[in-house]
Amino acid sequence: MSKKTSATAEKKGEPSVKDAGHGRAPVNASLSREAKIELYRQMVRIRRFEERSLRAYQAGKKIGGFLHLYIGQEAVAVGCCSLMGKDDHVITAYRDHGHAIAVGMDTKPLMAELYGKATGCSKGKGGSMHYFDPSRNFWGGHGIVGGQVPLGVGLAYGIKYKGLKGAAMTFMGDGAVNQGAVHESYNLAALWQLPVVFVIENNGYSMGTSQERSSAGDLAKRAEGYHMAWGVCDGHDLYEVRATMDKFLRAAREESKPAIVEIRTYRYRGHSVADPDNTYRTRTEIEEYRRTKDPIQVFQEKLVAEGVLDEAAVEKIDTEARTEADVSIDFSEASPFPTVEDIQKDVYWEADNPSERKSQGRLFFD
Amino acid sequence: MPVITYREAIRHALAEELQRDANVVVLGEEVAQFNGAYKVTEGLLEKFGPKRIVDTPISEAGFIGMGLGASMLGIRPVMELMFWSFYSVAFDQILNNAANVRYMSGGQINCPIVIRGPANGGTNVGATHSHTPENVLANHPGVKVIVPSTPYDAKGLLKSAIRDNDPVFYLENTILYGDKGEVPEAEYLIPLGLADVKRTGTDLTIVTYGRCVIHSLKAAEILEKEHDVSVEIVDLRCIRPLDIDTVLASVAKTHRVLIVEEQKPFASVGSQLAFMIQREAFDELDAPIHRLATVDAPAIYSPPVETEQLPNPQRIIKAAIEALA
Repeated sequence: MSKKTSATAEKKGEPSVKDAGHGRAPVNASLSREAKIELYRQMVRIRRFEERSLRAYQAGKKIGGFLHLYIGQEAVAVGCCSLMGKDDHVITAYRDHGHAIAVGMDTKPLMAELYGKATGCSKGKGGSMHYFDPSRNFWGGHGIVGGQVPLGVGLAYGIKYKGLKGAAMTFMGDGAVNQGAVHESYNLAALWQLPVVFVIENNGYSMGTSQERSSAGDLAKRAEGYHMAWGVCDGHDLYEVRATMDKFLRAAREESKPAIVEIRTYRYRGHSVADPDNTYRTRTEIEEYRRTKDPIQVFQEKLVAEGVLDEAAVEKIDTEARTEADVSIDFSEASPFPTVEDIQKDVYWEADNPSERKSQGRLFFD
Repeated sequence: MPVITYREAIRHALAEELQRDANVVVLGEEVAQFNGAYKVTEGLLEKFGPKRIVDTPISEAGFIGMGLGASMLGIRPVMELMFWSFYSVAFDQILNNAANVRYMSGGQINCPIVIRGPANGGTNVGATHSHTPENVLANHPGVKVIVPSTPYDAKGLLKSAIRDNDPVFYLENTILYGDKGEVPEAEYLIPLGLADVKRTGTDLTIVTYGRCVIHSLKAAEILEKEHDVSVEIVDLRCIRPLDIDTVLASVAKTHRVLIVEEQKPFASVGSQLAFMIQREAFDELDAPIHRLATVDAPAIYSPPVETEQLPNPQRIIKAAIEALA
């Protein structure tokens, strides 16, 4: 993968920033040792959480439906979400476990949600694809490819309407870029100069179809058609993700400028647990990425070289992450399922707030 | 009491709520500079400025979704669909996002959005522009659906809709925009889910809503004069929440029911009503429930024939006589 970093609409396709050693970018150089360790820890926590969830799914049959694992992509969510200020917002698609942990959600209710338990972050009503935490400016967790993208533009609209200096990071996969709603969103964002950064997490495959077989042209460069800034960066290097996103997030917050950023990444697992992953790519390809570009390994090596981490610290973080994942399993196992009576709660605001109900008549039907 | 049009009643409701709450914003195709495709929003741009009254591109999935996203942050967007028929291109946003996001988040989110616009046949614009999706919309738990028939109802219901914390879909009618009626100057609200008996009678209950209320009132006059039949007309006003109690009370009085709706018959609002009436008032019925709906085909263009495809006073009279047989 190339080290192209960014370009703007004005400089047609020309990278405007050369790779200058992303660790030295101000947004990274200013990080404390503790902050760097915390970023590393988040990636490890995401990985161990997901590996544990997969075991529960496969061996324990404790989890139903789909499970779209983020393993291999951790530096994207952690890098992007680590840049969030108080008026920044995040929305993503169904591969959402990494973002949820990266915005600070507790892993116990996240695992419990996979288990369909009442203690889940969405009370067992959303499942893997539908994690939400508005208190952390995290707006899901959406199941329809590209369907969340107009909502992300709406978050940006709300930020701008309220006169806040924030940005709406709107994540999508490379499979989403050909959906009509995504292009409508690009147009609205550019037309009204809304503070949204569209993040295409390009893991190379839209389900089981490669980028080459599904998308014409360059993904982020489509921004030029809307006179929007755009950039491309590698997603296995957390420093690079942060250095690239910082620039676009600042432009969104401070100048209300939208942008599209393609972050090139890779997933080690199938599209979901239902994907046997034996038709569209080779084992060699997966192993090659894992060996040379694993985001956790890459960052670990950087931090070891910087003297921030040593072998003992790496070991300790990993052990703690495994323990945390196990604790989330124990919590989920011990939690109750929602009841049949719970099915009709959380449907209407008014039904959930009966003392404030203004309407009359039947809201539910037999 | 001032007499104003249905169109003006909607406009007044918008203006009052824009004035009352700085978070209310009106967005849609040609709502601002052009003054609205049907002039509902005429003058609002001048009064409230371009931040509050916003022209959108022809991009329903994009701007409806955008309004929903903004509503999650507490903005109260009132989105105009030039025709409700265009809901089909924003279907994912309306039904997956508006209807489901509260549920999927375990009640953490609510979307105080209103989507409004006309939804009716009868204007010879063919099948693509003549959809009446109130049954499709109301099929989705989480949303509310209003179909007002008079200027008074249009204003009072829209004001309640804008203040509602759930997504509300408000279906108007281009043919009613010019209809006049008394509307008080003083502020009033009509709660969602409260039906209105538009005419009292003893022999037959017509359950209806929207423009079919107007048709039914005309039919009832003729039925009274020429057939000596006393018809009671229950205007639902709101499809969801549904005021079934007012319907059942009327059935208990007349013991015969005709449902009149500008819907395709299969799985329509009337289908749901018929189920509920038979289930909850079986012993009150002296005859099977009758229904008059749109003739089951895509909306025909041919102007004189389209009139016959839809419910109209003559068809209602015929159906009422059959229901009384």
